[in-house]
Amino acid sequence: MNKIEHSALILSSRPERPSALSNALTFGWRAALKFKHVPEQFFDLVMTPIMFTLLFTFVFGGALAGSTGVYIQYLLPGILVQTVVFNSLYSGMGLNTDLGKGLFDRFRSLPIWSMSPFAGLIVGDFLRHLIAGVIILGIGMIFGYRPEAGFIGVVGAFLLLLAIGFGMGWIFLVLGLVMRTPNTVMTMGFTGIMPLVFASNIMVEPETMPGWLRAFVEVNPISLMTTAMRGLLGGGATFTSVSLALLAPIILTATLAPLTLWLYRRR
Amino acid sequence: MTRSNETEALPAIMARGLVKHFRDVHAVDAIDLDVPQGMIFGILGPNGAGKTTLLRLLATLLTPDAGSAQVMGHDLIRSPQAVRSSIALTGQFASLDEDLTGIENLIFLARLWGFTGKRARARADELLTIFDLTDAAQRQVKDYSGGMRRRLDIAASLVVTPHVLFLDEPTTGLDPVARKHVWQMIRALAEHGVTILLTTQYLEEADQLAARIAVIDHGKKIAEGTSRELKAAAGSGFLHVTLADPAQFAAAAQLLEGLMGGQAQHSAEGAAVSIKANSPQAASEALTELTKAGIEVIDFSMGAPSLDEVFFALTGNAAEAPSMETAQ
Ligand SMILES: Nc1ncnc2c1ncn2[C@@H]1O[C@H](COP(=O)(O)OP(=O)(O)O)[C@@H](O)[C@H]1O
Ligand SMILES: [Mg+2]
Repeated sequence: MNKIEHSALILSSRPERPSALSNALTFGWRAALKFKHVPEQFFDLVMTPIMFTLLFTFVFGGALAGSTGVYIQYLLPGILVQTVVFNSLYSGMGLNTDLGKGLFDRFRSLPIWSMSPFAGLIVGDFLRHLIAGVIILGIGMIFGYRPEAGFIGVVGAFLLLLAIGFGMGWIFLVLGLVMRTPNTVMTMGFTGIMPLVFASNIMVEPETMPGWLRAFVEVNPISLMTTAMRGLLGGGATFTSVSLALLAPIILTATLAPLTLWLYRRR
Repeated sequence: MTRSNETEALPAIMARGLVKHFRDVHAVDAIDLDVPQGMIFGILGPNGAGKTTLLRLLATLLTPDAGSAQVMGHDLIRSPQAVRSSIALTGQFASLDEDLTGIENLIFLARLWGFTGKRARARADELLTIFDLTDAAQRQVKDYSGGMRRRLDIAASLVVTPHVLFLDEPTTGLDPVARKHVWQMIRALAEHGVTILLTTQYLEEADQLAARIAVIDHGKKIAEGTSRELKAAAGSGFLHVTLADPAQFAAAAQLLEGLMGGQAQHSAEGAAVSIKANSPQAASEALTELTKAGIEVIDFSMGAPSLDEVFFALTGNAAEAPSMETAQ
């Protein structure tokens, strides 16, 4: 460290304090950089849903819907919902990792907008959902899926996906703040999501289920989201179906966003 | 740094009766602190003494349960954001993004401080040069060595020159060469007028760097002063004796304790005994007695007590990790 005398060690004038938006964008930039450095994560993001789509379509498709072509048309919108729900786990795990490393200690000792680290996590989530969504839709189309509502429908469907990811994300941010390790966040998350995803109308029509289960499946938020996605991608979406799909994300945001802030400030 | 006369008189840190409990652990227990601007101030204490908690309180990461403190005249509770503008914290564990490269970590922080585009990059480059990290700039931090990580972590705290820099155990886990580098860097910053509050478990480190030292144990400040004052407080002087045969330690200690009173201490490195000596005469008589008893002395010295001995004198304990029970 011979160059320590370097006058640059000491900065005589400070830059002007940046806006909250600028802070948030900087955190978003960091999230985007992570995609560049850890490209393997795309594999994790899309592998399971693709396996799911292919297995279900080719193994059960004929039995469940008469033909694989009809079945993939039924299955794919729900797979997109499922993917986003599972992938919203990542920011909770990322948050927990950062907290464990003391990175958040630095963030909290900086004179920045206190919510900006969360803005970064949300930007990272949005990128994840968009990229995974595009890959899955693309592979689905290779195997015969057709988004019959066209481009506008696809845009609407992706906006709904982002809203779902945003709402579900809070669950895992809360877990990320209260759990001790990223692995606990993942295990808790999977345990909670698994039954919700399977006891839904993603794979099969609820008509074939016993009455008690059917009653649950029909009010399961995942089913409501899937129904709206089918409508948006395939045509026939109604205001009611989209509103019902947004109900859970809105309630989650309204309750868990303040809780997240409170937990974060209290740490 | 250019400072007006008005801010010159202001203490960098002033704490009164700071308290932080974790359940029944008194992590910080009524600590007062006055640190003038531009000083290197050392917080010395064993593991679990409350050093990290004290720094986290002063860096606005924790809210005190009682007491108050001001950093550069800004109250911790009333204006935390102003405190944050004046400080930087290098925590005990590296607070870097392992997935990002060295330069990306610095650009990220530079942008958070308000540097834009090219200026953020230029500032990052400057810091990498100063900290000898230019070659590693494009490597991910997860591939850095411990010493490089420490340097980058400290560089990250200097993106904008803080008025007060908190360093939590800045050299713990570093090899001697890396430690010397960090020491040089700390001294250079202090020469430029940055106030530094550093914690350490190493008595030598506090002695080397800090103009004033506060000794804390179980959350309480048990002594404060310059290194010289603390040494004086521990007693007039110490006789240090190195034995030819470590096996004779017990016999030597017993003999010295009988002659001089007090308690003999065993140095960590091996066959050295230290005991408080009231006068050089008493020490020279003791050496004669040792020889008469057949205990061969290969080296001896009379000196002020080391900080280890100071710690011993102040707490009655060796400077090592206290058990959880005693921390109550
Ligand atoms: N978040 C926490 N929750 C509970 N106890 C804590 C927490 N942080 C520190 N402590 C306790 O407070 C005491 C002081 O800890 P710390 O400030 O980390 O000491 P040091 O940095 O001097 O090693 C210890 O007994 C430690 O176990
Ligand atoms: Mg500590």
